[in-house]
Amino acid sequence: MGDSLIHARGLVKRFGDFTAVDGIDVDVRRGEAFGFLGPNGAGKSSTMRMIGCVSPPTGGVLEILGMDPRRDGPKIRGKLGVCPQLDNLDIELTVRENLTTYARFFGIPRKEARRRADELLEFVQLSERADSKVEPLSGGMKRRLTIARAMVNQPEMVLLDEPTTGLDPQARHLVWERLFRLKQQGVTLVLTTHYMDEAEQLCDRLVVMDGGRIVAEGSPRALIEQYSTREVVELRFNTEDQSAYAEKLAGIGERLEVLPDRILLYVADGDDATDEVNRRSLGPASVLVRRSSLEDVFLHLTGRTLVD
Amino acid sequence: MTPALSVLEYHLVNYRRTWRSSALSTLVMPLLTLLGFGVGVGAYVRGGVDGVPYIDWIVPGLIASTAMQAAFGEATWPVLSYFEWLKVYFAQAAAPLRVADIVGGHLAFMLFRVLLTAAAFLVVAAAFGTLHSWWAPMTLVVALLVGLASAAPTMAYAASITSDSYLIILMRFAVLPMSLFSGVFFPVESLPLLLRWVAYVFPLWHGVELSRDAMLGLDPGALGLVHVGALLAWCVAGWWLAHARFRRRLVI
Repeated sequence: MGDSLIHARGLVKRFGDFTAVDGIDVDVRRGEAFGFLGPNGAGKSSTMRMIGCVSPPTGGVLEILGMDPRRDGPKIRGKLGVCPQLDNLDIELTVRENLTTYARFFGIPRKEARRRADELLEFVQLSERADSKVEPLSGGMKRRLTIARAMVNQPEMVLLDEPTTGLDPQARHLVWERLFRLKQQGVTLVLTTHYMDEAEQLCDRLVVMDGGRIVAEGSPRALIEQYSTREVVELRFNTEDQSAYAEKLAGIGERLEVLPDRILLYVADGDDATDEVNRRSLGPASVLVRRSSLEDVFLHLTGRTLVD
Repeated sequence: MTPALSVLEYHLVNYRRTWRSSALSTLVMPLLTLLGFGVGVGAYVRGGVDGVPYIDWIVPGLIASTAMQAAFGEATWPVLSYFEWLKVYFAQAAAPLRVADIVGGHLAFMLFRVLLTAAAFLVVAAAFGTLHSWWAPMTLVVALLVGLASAAPTMAYAASITSDSYLIILMRFAVLPMSLFSGVFFPVESLPLLLRWVAYVFPLWHGVELSRDAMLGLDPGALGLVHVGALLAWCVAGWWLAHARFRRRLVI
C-alpha cells in the first residue's frame, strides 16, 4: 500500500440495526485531494468520523497514517486536522485565542502556538480580526478560522466535512482558493461534499457513496467518461408532458432522460444531435448543449429522488 | 505537560474573559448569607448550637454548602452547552485528547472555581470574627472534596440530557433538599429519621460535619473516616459515571 494515509478494507459502521457504512474499500495517498461524494445519509460523515478516530469501526480494516485507530487514536489525531461540518469554535474567545488554546491540546508550547496562530491568521486572511471575538464574524470568516484551527498542528492530513456548505459564493471561492493553496503545499486533503463543482475543483480522486456503499470511484474526468457522455443536450418542449417526445427522439445519443420540465440527451457530440433533432422537425422551445459534469454522474448513480 | 492540563488551561483562558461578572457575586453572596442567617437568625438562637454561637456553628456548614453549589453551577449549564450548543467537547475530542483528559481538565477547572468561592467565603467569615482554630483553612480542603463529590456525578447527569429542563429537576430534587437537610442550618438530629437519610446518603452532610470539626478545631474521630470515605465514594462513582457518559457522547 506504500504511502497510503488511509487504508480501509470492508469498513463497516453500524448504529444498532442501522448500517451507516456498509463495507467500503478506500485508499488515500499522500499529497492527494480525495473526496467523498454522496447524498445526505450516504455514510460520508460516519466514514469521516472513523477516519478522524472519534468513532470506532464496527467491522473491517482501517489504518490511518499506518496506525490502528482503535489503539493509537490520540497519536493519530495528533497528526490530523479536522474541520467539522458545523463550526465548533469558542465564541467567547478571540480569534487568536481559538488557535492558541487549541494548539495547546497538541502539546505545542505557548510561544510557538502564538507564532503559528499569527501565521495561520495571515494565511486565512483574518489577521486584522485576531483580537476580536468570534461571535460577530461572518459565516465565511468562521469557516476560515475553523480551517486555520485544523492546521495548527501542521497536520499530515486535513479532514474537511462539507467545507463550504452554507457559505455565500464569494466566501466559497475564497475557501476553495485557500484549500487549493494547502494542496499545492503538499497537504493531503480529504473532504466530503455534495457540491459537484467543489469536487471538480478540488479533488484529484473521489468516490461516490450511496446507501453506505461506494458506487463509483475515480478522477472527476474519468467518472464523467465512464458514467456519462461527453456532452448533454437539454431540450424543452412546449407541452405538459415532455415524455410524449421521448419516442420521437429515440436513437439519438446513448441515453435519454425525461424530467418533468425537460428531456436530457446524453450524446458524444451535441451539435450533431441538435442537427438530428431539427431534421426530425420536433420544434423544441429551447435547446441547450453543454459538457457533461460530475453532477450528471452523481444524479445518474444516486438517482434524482430527494433525500432529506 | 499532560493533555488534561491543556484542557484546564483552555477553561482558565475562557474564565479570564468572564471572571469579572462572577467575582462580585462570589464576595456578595457570603456577605448576604452571613448577615441574613448568621447575624439575623443567630439573634434568635440565643443559646447557640452544641455550645458555640450560632454564627460560628453555621459558617463551616455554609462553606461546604457553597462549595457544593459552586460545583453544581459549573457542572450543569456549562457542561450541557459544551455538548449541545457550543460543541466545545467535540472540538476537544478531535484533538489528541482522551475522554479522561477532557473530563479531568474540566473537573480541575470546576475545583478551581470551588476553591475560589470557598476561599472568598472563608475571608468574609473571618471578617465576621468566626475563625477560632488554626484548623480553619482545612475547610478549604473539605470544600474541594465536597466540590469533586458533587461536580463529578452532576457532570455525568448533565452529559446525559439534551435540555436544561432536566437541570431544574436536579435542582429541585437533589440540590435543594441536600442544602436544607444536611445539617447546614440546624443539626440533622432535629429531622425525622426518613429525612435524615437525605443527609446520610448525599455528599453534603459528610462535608458539613468535616468542615465544622475543622473550623471549630474538634477531633472528628473515627466518624471522620466515614465522612471522608463517603465523599471519596461519591468522587469515584461520579468520575466513573461522568467518564462513561462522556465516552458515550464523544466516541460513537
